[in-house]
Amino acid sequence: MGSNFAECHPVGFRWAMKARERGAKLIHVDPRFTRTSAMCDVHVPIRSGSDIAFLGGIINYILSEDRWFKEYVLHYTNASTIVADTFQDTDELDGIFSGFDAEARHYDNRAWAYEGTLPGMPTQVKSADQPHAKEGQPGVDFKRFPPRTDPTLRHPRCVFQIVKRHYARYTPETVARICGCTEAQFLEVARTLCDNSGRERTSAFVYAVGWTQHTVGVQYIRAATLIQALLGNVGRPGGGILALRGHATIQGSTDIATLYNLLPGYLPAPSAQVPQHSTLEGWLENEMPTTGWWANGRKYMVSFLRAWYGDAARADNEWGYQYLPKNVGDHSHMPMFVAMHEGVLRGFMAIGQNPAVGGQNAVYQRAGLARLEWLVVKDLFVTETADFWKAPDVTDPSAIQTEVFFFPSSTTPEMDGSYTNTQRLVQWHEKGVASPGDCKSDLWFTHQLVKRLKRMYAGSTDPKDEPFQVLTWDFEEVDGEASALSVLKEINGYTLPDRKLVPTFGDLKDDGSTAAGAWIYTGIHPEDGVNLAASRVSDDYVALGWAFAWPANRRILYNRASADPAGKPWSDRKRYVWWEPARREWVGYDVPDFPSTKAPSAKGVWSRGGMDALDGDHPFIMKPDGKIWLYAPSGIIDGPLPTHYEPWEGPVANGLYKLHPRNPVAKTFNVVGNKYIDPGDPAFPIVVSTYRLTEHHLSGAMTRWLPWLAALMPELFIEISPELAQQRGIDNAGWVTVSTPRGAIECKALVTRRLRPFEVMGRTVHQVGMPFHWGYRGVVTGDVTNELAAMVADPNVTIHEAKVFMCQVESGRHAKAVLAGLGDAPRPMPHVGRRERQAAEANIDRAIALTAAATDPGQIVVEKPPFPFDQPVGVYHG
Amino acid sequence: MAKGFYTDTTVCIGCKACQAACHQWNELPALNDGVVEMTGNSYDNTGRLNAVDWRHVRFIEQFPEDRHQEGFLKGSRWLMMSDVCKHCVRAGCLEVCPTGAIIRTEFDSVYIQQDVCNGCRACIPACPFGVVDLGEDGKAHKCTLCYDRMQHGMEPACAQACPTDSIRFGEVSELMALADQRVADLRGAGVPAYVYGKEEIVGGLNCFFLLVDKPEVYGLPSEPRLPSEHVDEGFALSALAAAAVAVGSVVAFRKDRMDGMHGDEEDFAPRTAPPVDAGGAPPPARPAGAETVSFMHAVHGANEASRARRAAPALASAECGGGGCGGACGCHA
Repeated sequence: MGSNFAECHPVGFRWAMKARERGAKLIHVDPRFTRTSAMCDVHVPIRSGSDIAFLGGIINYILSEDRWFKEYVLHYTNASTIVADTFQDTDELDGIFSGFDAEARHYDNRAWAYEGTLPGMPTQVKSADQPHAKEGQPGVDFKRFPPRTDPTLRHPRCVFQIVKRHYARYTPETVARICGCTEAQFLEVARTLCDNSGRERTSAFVYAVGWTQHTVGVQYIRAATLIQALLGNVGRPGGGILALRGHATIQGSTDIATLYNLLPGYLPAPSAQVPQHSTLEGWLENEMPTTGWWANGRKYMVSFLRAWYGDAARADNEWGYQYLPKNVGDHSHMPMFVAMHEGVLRGFMAIGQNPAVGGQNAVYQRAGLARLEWLVVKDLFVTETADFWKAPDVTDPSAIQTEVFFFPSSTTPEMDGSYTNTQRLVQWHEKGVASPGDCKSDLWFTHQLVKRLKRMYAGSTDPKDEPFQVLTWDFEEVDGEASALSVLKEINGYTLPDRKLVPTFGDLKDDGSTAAGAWIYTGIHPEDGVNLAASRVSDDYVALGWAFAWPANRRILYNRASADPAGKPWSDRKRYVWWEPARREWVGYDVPDFPSTKAPSAKGVWSRGGMDALDGDHPFIMKPDGKIWLYAPSGIIDGPLPTHYEPWEGPVANGLYKLHPRNPVAKTFNVVGNKYIDPGDPAFPIVVSTYRLTEHHLSGAMTRWLPWLAALMPELFIEISPELAQQRGIDNAGWVTVSTPRGAIECKALVTRRLRPFEVMGRTVHQVGMPFHWGYRGVVTGDVTNELAAMVADPNVTIHEAKVFMCQVESGRHAKAVLAGLGDAPRPMPHVGRRERQAAEANIDRAIALTAAATDPGQIVVEKPPFPFDQPVGVYHG
Repeated sequence: MAKGFYTDTTVCIGCKACQAACHQWNELPALNDGVVEMTGNSYDNTGRLNAVDWRHVRFIEQFPEDRHQEGFLKGSRWLMMSDVCKHCVRAGCLEVCPTGAIIRTEFDSVYIQQDVCNGCRACIPACPFGVVDLGEDGKAHKCTLCYDRMQHGMEPACAQACPTDSIRFGEVSELMALADQRVADLRGAGVPAYVYGKEEIVGGLNCFFLLVDKPEVYGLPSEPRLPSEHVDEGFALSALAAAAVAVGSVVAFRKDRMDGMHGDEEDFAPRTAPPVDAGGAPPPARPAGAETVSFMHAVHGANEASRARRAAPALASAECGGGGCGGACGCHA
């Protein structure tokens, strides 16, 4: 579900096909009949944006038909944990959980805490101040305030009973009514899933951005978590919830974080808005749980700081913690473009990114670029972003003052480096050919940039330049670029001062005697001359000799769960990792994900903290209680349990809740040019979903310039059912105009019976689909699909809602006429005058003041957001 | 050591990696440098095998009329199939090539030597599968089974690129055994699978396919015929033609002589209407030249019969697009 596996990840789909050849059943639940559906045993079409209803229905089926894996659930999930009586469910409050602040549109998730875990808690900051959910939260200091459980699962406030009550409404009839499928189709899926789970069998969920790109995206995945936990499908071979990442090594780019809110190795980035973050001790206390594996967080953070700041990171200066830049708000993609419009953000580097085509509400994003002073684009071709000032909608390019620098980029075969795949497998690749012309690798670019910046700041006495002065940058230089291998060695980590590579993250210390760029990768280069990422020894099964999977070359996370509580395999068929009583250690086909000699019968003592707090049958060691969270007492911004919300722009009313039909804490951007469609607006009655094709990659920046690929998919099209085509007088391969309040575009029609109308809540809902690969540059060109999409996002991770929004579809070519009638789009390109510039200066001054104030806890100044957002998302939060 | 492809269409995901890999390895240009129009024929935008597309993925959408939710999926299929030169055991193109440009290699594949080909086009209609096409250089082109790669022990680029192993390369007998097993497995599961390319198809195809519907659904002929199969009838027709020409000549010469006796003023009179005042000469029972006409009827009839035989396995005219079928489709005869 939520993925078009065969089309968008064809190489990985090889394994799905191998499984099918060996008798596995493949099910595809998707609005369209795609190349993936064509390969599956069962395809169930459901309307875009209704997945939680479908998944909730499966949860209800598992519980009401008594199909749950009792021993697994009792020991390995938090089913028995008792929740405080402050929790109220959406059923009681018509669509919201307790703890909701309607004015600020945010939840105080203390209302969801486990019973007995709250007293003496430090005051939590509001969700707007902590824009991202984090693994460790102050609500779970189990060392001091351990949770209580009821192993009989009968307590009315135990997680099991809460989950059971919450999903009781998701009957097959409700599922069919909301999703537009039939009860029989739904039941076939639920039954197949249950029949293929348990001791002898496992089932896996595979998702991609079809699940994430929603205003409730994180909760989609949480819903699958509940199913997999109840069926015992986590930590076992053939099980799990598999995220298909959208680009090569996008996994690597979150591991060695390019995200603003993360440091490498999933250490949360310090924020100026969290008072506790003003010191390293406060950061550790706030972010690192006291129990479970993350209690080791101090070692990883200190080693990380030592890697970045070397000898300038000392015990007496908090290991250089204050050198780290602090976030002053949500600096994710869409808020950055709002900040451009506000004049706060003045320079932008688009490296391997093409927001002029790929960005939501692309016209708004291009208008943001027009307000920059400078823009760096580094890509394989001169993309639409580099040429944004020549976009078809720009009437007067001379009004745009942005200075654009284009750096031609090398491509993979022209450089050393690594790819981290979706399954955390890091594979090394070597330079095969020299780059043509002036093309340079990203490593070259970054290396040369840092060298120049260091030179620039060398003589500065301004304290703000100190981080650049002390930044260690002693990579071996080859042909002007930092050697990729020497970067890998720093990521792996070494001892100080003798710089001997460390073999495991267990060797990392919090006394400054080790440095490691990203603790999760430690072990990838365990000794000189051994780069495990380049290892290529394969076998028929787990293939531990093929490359390196973080952490610790482990292929299945939490694989302790592949054995029963006593440490025996659940079944011979599914034997994977088990306890060997004679040797008193965990053994198996994979690297066990558990302390190697901790017996299954070991009893944890909460007050000891760390791993000693957990029992020998608590496999989920990254959670502070060692269990899967069916119910999340903290860490999630929009609720402890997934529940069905309609998309921000949807075709029908919510079948469950009247008062709060949509995610009440979704991130919205009420800015000029980003008008939303009200639910049920008859002017925009058609559901549209945007997606990729096999033949092109994302904005087409890597593929639309290649004639071979261009010929395979030459033109932008809209997939449309014969029913809708007939209604609108649209011919196959004829022209169509598609519009939303954000824009209007033209494309060809592909009339196909692979799409169909849905009967939803007693209404016929038409659904169309559009790929988004085309732009105004390249061998083949076309209109920009993302000009239609709105900027609206999931509150946890700020991902946009591209998989479902509303539109109008008409036969013929008249986008210009439609556009003229829209009126709200940010055209023409703005000219930044002196007054706007002064206002921006004031904004920046305030941002600096805010950062400074944050270093002194208790004095944090929170201002009203100066931007007209209905929820603050820019640089300021209130 | 016959080498070939086994293309299992039931695991083809239509990714076209084979098409891209083929272009890359063989340095083939894209049609019109990639600037083409969307066809509207499912996800197929290259249309057919031609001089620059040596692999072509077909997309066949089969969805029932019943659009009710339950009925929607009954019998719903989106078939995909990567078509390619079959490297036939009895290759039509090779049979007719007058220059010897088309040869059979040591791998039993059929290869067009570009430096020998003179662009006579004989091979184009000789191929019952519409594989061979004339390139912009005026020479015939088609899949080489990556002859250059095979000579270095490498598998063809398309097979290597195929992510799901829909295209497998290897020893034909071994591939056939794999395919037979797969057919048995699929039939056991109720799928009407079969191998297209056993001996009854022009003596066997070194590049054969596992299909689940009639060959025509995939644009393949059920009963492909080779040029050599027309030799006997062609011989008979030739003999008949020779005899007819001989008879015609005799009649014509005789008539010419007779006509010559009437002087020049009759030259513009229709020759089939002899003068009635010929005196002692009896009028012919049938007009002169009637033998030729009846011969023409006979030839036409034979041609029609031949065409009818060839039209039976014809490609749909829309599939042909004017030429790739070698005239078998009838759409441009």
